Amino acid sequence: MADTPIPLEVRNITKRFGDTEVLKGLSLQAQKSDVITLIGASGSGKSTFLRCMNLLEQPDDGELIIHGEPIRFKQTRHGREPADWNQVVAMRAKLSMVFQGFNLWAHMTLLENIIEAPVHVLGKPKKQAIEHARELLERVGLSDRADYYPAQMSGGQQQRGAIARALAMDPDVMLFDEPTSALDPELVGEVLKVIRGLAEEGRTMILVTHEMAFARDVSTQVVYLHQGQVEEAGPPAQVLGNPSSERLKQFLAPKN
Amino acid sequence: MIDLHGYGPRLLEGALVTIELAVLSLILAIFLGLLTASAKMSRSWLLHRVGTLYTTIIRGVPDLVLMMLLFFGGQIGINMITDWLYDQFNIDIFININEFVAGVFTIGLIFGAYMGETFRGAFLAVDSGQIEAGRAYGMTQSLVFRRIRFPLMMRHALPGLSNNWMVLLKTTALVSVIGLSDMVRVAAEASKATREPFTFMIIVGIVYLLIASVSEWGFARLQKHYDTGHAEAN
Repeated sequence: MADTPIPLEVRNITKRFGDTEVLKGLSLQAQKSDVITLIGASGSGKSTFLRCMNLLEQPDDGELIIHGEPIRFKQTRHGREPADWNQVVAMRAKLSMVFQGFNLWAHMTLLENIIEAPVHVLGKPKKQAIEHARELLERVGLSDRADYYPAQMSGGQQQRGAIARALAMDPDVMLFDEPTSALDPELVGEVLKVIRGLAEEGRTMILVTHEMAFARDVSTQVVYLHQGQVEEAGPPAQVLGNPSSERLKQFLAPKN
Repeated sequence: MIDLHGYGPRLLEGALVTIELAVLSLILAIFLGLLTASAKMSRSWLLHRVGTLYTTIIRGVPDLVLMMLLFFGGQIGINMITDWLYDQFNIDIFININEFVAGVFTIGLIFGAYMGETFRGAFLAVDSGQIEAGRAYGMTQSLVFRRIRFPLMMRHALPGLSNNWMVLLKTTALVSVIGLSDMVRVAAEASKATREPFTFMIIVGIVYLLIASVSEWGFARLQKHYDTGHAEAN
């Protein structure tokens, strides 16, 4: 196992927005089949941290290593930027992201959404991409919605569709940015069920979530962030079941 | 039947000049407009200033003045350069600005500024999450533009774009002052010669109206195309 490159590793990521330092040196290692959950109060930096992993946000400092290959950076007038955008583009194609707001492309049907990146980014033949997309739609329970536009579907359906879109890239690592936070409570379950299925089949995933019970069930590791730093990390039974940090205890305490 | 006193073929030619002029100007204006919008949204201070200067000047000076400035002023400028070349190097060249090219250039330049504002607003109206999803899936900037940003932007740009087009179409009538035989100029000549201004002007008016109606139909179809998938459009 020691010889297999780690799918995703970040070291000492820092990020500031103006004068506010939002990430103060965060590191994380996702081994194959790891399900890592990032938890923390809003403003703790968990979403920013996740977005630094595929460089939707540019970290000011720190390393990002994908399958043993470090991303190269350079200093510009506007701060630190990737030295080679082609490398970033190739890296992103391996890390699919699922967004809080779904972000399915509004002008495309669900099927078109799913085949878009495989065809235009990976160069997959369209026919093959469509076949794969239909399998994925079946898997997320949306076979009958292939020709619907995002605006014609419920939030839960859109998010399941977005997960199918992510899976269509055959990603090495899947990043979930609060996938259920924008959903009506009764729609949360159907999305969590799909994600749970992915965890069970050994997908490598990093999730930002507020669903503590879910985190406890599916995670191999839970990371609790507070003000841009790791306050506590470890297996869910320990971090969620028997937290040592006073802050985490408060965070987990029932609110009413 | 209306008697055109033999001006029919020339009017038709004039109408073709009007249409060619308008369409070519539109293409130039769209191109300049996209450039201007990108410049104004750019994080480069210089590009931003250049874009702003361009739209400020163009929008602040009357079209007719700009057209005469560019056409006559341009010719004087070119003459000065060729005179200088002759004096200095004995190179004898004569360049005459073609009225049609001058017309396309001027109208394109004027409407490029208006298009710039239309496109800028439309680009800003696109939900940033849509762009982000493209980037997150490994699309290059040009692919994001082609597949996502542009089609989503067009939906917001079309109402303004079609409005600009209608104004542009009518602005082509100004080229008669620089001596281009567009439909209006032919009709004016015919009116003078035959002393029947009403006949010719009403024909010109109808032709403009016809072009405008066809364009409106075309824009409605485009709008429908770019509205696809948007709930409020159904």
